Amino acid sequence: MHSEAAIREPLILGHKTYHDITQDIVGPIENKAPRGWYVLITIAGLIALYGVGCIMYLLAKGIGTWGLNKTVDWAWDITNFVWWVGIGHAGTLISAVLLLFRQKWRMAVNRSAEAMTIFAVIMAALFPLLHMGRLWLGYWVFPLPNQFGSLWVNFNSPLLWDVFAISTYFSVSLVFWYIGLIPDFATIRDKVTKPGMKKVYGILSFGWSGNAKAWTRFEEVSLVLAGIATPLVFSVHSVVSFDFATSVVPGWHTTIFPPYFVSGAVFSGFAMVQTLLLVLRKVMHLESYITVKHVEYMNIVIIVTGSIVGVAYITELFISWYSGVEYESYAFINRATGPYWWSYWAMMTCNVVSPQVFWFRKLRRNLAFTFFMSIIVNIGMWFERFVIIVTSLHRDYLPSSWNMFHPTWVDAGIFIGTIGIFFTLYLLFARYFPVLALNEVKSILKISGESYKKEAAKHHHH
Amino acid sequence: MANTVIYAVYEDPEQLKDGARKLVSNGIKVKDTWSPFPIHGIDPIIGVTRTRLAIASFMFGITGTCLAVLGMWYMNIFDWPMNIGGKPSQALYKNFPAFVPVMFEFTVFCAAHGMSITYLIRNKTLPGMPARNPDPRSTDDKFIIEVRTADNHGHSTEAITSLLRTTPVFEINERQY
Repeated sequence: MHSEAAIREPLILGHKTYHDITQDIVGPIENKAPRGWYVLITIAGLIALYGVGCIMYLLAKGIGTWGLNKTVDWAWDITNFVWWVGIGHAGTLISAVLLLFRQKWRMAVNRSAEAMTIFAVIMAALFPLLHMGRLWLGYWVFPLPNQFGSLWVNFNSPLLWDVFAISTYFSVSLVFWYIGLIPDFATIRDKVTKPGMKKVYGILSFGWSGNAKAWTRFEEVSLVLAGIATPLVFSVHSVVSFDFATSVVPGWHTTIFPPYFVSGAVFSGFAMVQTLLLVLRKVMHLESYITVKHVEYMNIVIIVTGSIVGVAYITELFISWYSGVEYESYAFINRATGPYWWSYWAMMTCNVVSPQVFWFRKLRRNLAFTFFMSIIVNIGMWFERFVIIVTSLHRDYLPSSWNMFHPTWVDAGIFIGTIGIFFTLYLLFARYFPVLALNEVKSILKISGESYKKEAAKHHHH
Repeated sequence: MANTVIYAVYEDPEQLKDGARKLVSNGIKVKDTWSPFPIHGIDPIIGVTRTRLAIASFMFGITGTCLAVLGMWYMNIFDWPMNIGGKPSQALYKNFPAFVPVMFEFTVFCAAHGMSITYLIRNKTLPGMPARNPDPRSTDDKFIIEVRTADNHGHSTEAITSLLRTTPVFEINERQY
């Protein structure tokens, strides 16, 4: 067994045994949920129901109930889509990219981050479907033989690339998540005593037995899936950015978009992970597993990606002047000083200025402050998409068609509703699923556990 | 005499590896091990061969690339070439750059799902399959070596268990089958 440098902070605090880890995670699933959980799911559920109501209203009345007009024909729907997809990037980044880099701290956070990814991508996919107006014809985006003759989807269009990117990303993330869950469901199956639960978790665990060859295959599959999911993560938000970058709209037609969108996605994704985990660790008593060090690591990712986003904003601004294209430079002057100036400056403050405070070690290890900042970043990243989309569209080449976008209550209701649906799904996950990757956390216990590290250090000092 | 299966239960993966090494060096064949997480380095000791799932994944991926190219050629070049903005879809090589994103996505799609389905089938883990671990504690905190007398005709049950007792074993269970 390899040992870890004593100077590295432990990843599992206190003295834990393998059985303690099982107990800490499976116990809350077996027992009655804490009162706080019922309060939270009631609130989230009501918001979700309101959202579903708004969606029903939209489907019945049509897209005219949104605030879109002939000039701004894409607004909150696509803003919300990109926002949710961006949030959905952190889960696979944590589980795939950090697995390739052998980062052990991922093990305590990957399960819940991946769950977040899956729910966020579902919320994202909802918006293009709703914007089609006729939800039930959504399958037309796939290249299916049909009764209209040789009518195929257009593979030259970035919107179609997006269909492939999002559906691949969603299904691969789901499978990656579930394959990791199978051994943990088996742990629950073997632990619980209630026959009903035993049956359900027995089915969910697919009869996992954990023999040597099964674990060899498990590790190989995890590694290969991580290897192919890594370029997939980067491709997804690159493709999302192509939706804009391949058009000829000023402010969209830039080659910087793919890396800029990807780092923005990771930035917002990690912010949402922080929002969720800081609550989860408190409510589920996971302080020994999701430690201050984990939070600090994630804040470091936030400062790195946030700074990349900041550089991208400033590069964009510079190039709009340096290119000498007057439409391009007007688009940016209009963003900063036009009628939507407040959204531009909200974005700049939330995304560029505020994450820089994490250079201070005290602040990036402060949990309450991190929670506050994660909300700020979530807001800032929503405004980023709003700025890119609406300010570019509302004043394009023809001043005669300049217009403003005003959201209606249906716009707002559906957006808030998706937040409710997202939190409802996440709370159900936290209640019934193993929130930590049990098998992975156990595998690092004797290397990165606090008491074991201390023990090892004692043997080294003579 | 009925065949006996011996389960040596350990509390630590390193101890299990020591036990397995001792058995193997004494010419005893270890049937399998059961553990709550992967025991790194156990495979060469007990003779578990390397999995070929990665190769399968590559094959699935290549198949996906070919299918994507074929499909896009058939739909957008052969069956119904479109003329968009004076840029007609004339030939596969001319349209190729625009086809790359979908080619990539479909390659990943096939590689990932093909491998995952193969993995589930090879591991006999599918919805409704029965669990085969000998002891429910093996998914919690116990690490178990399985030795079968049928695989080790030269060794008596007593000889194997007494050898196991020289290792830091937690308990030894025997079962007839």
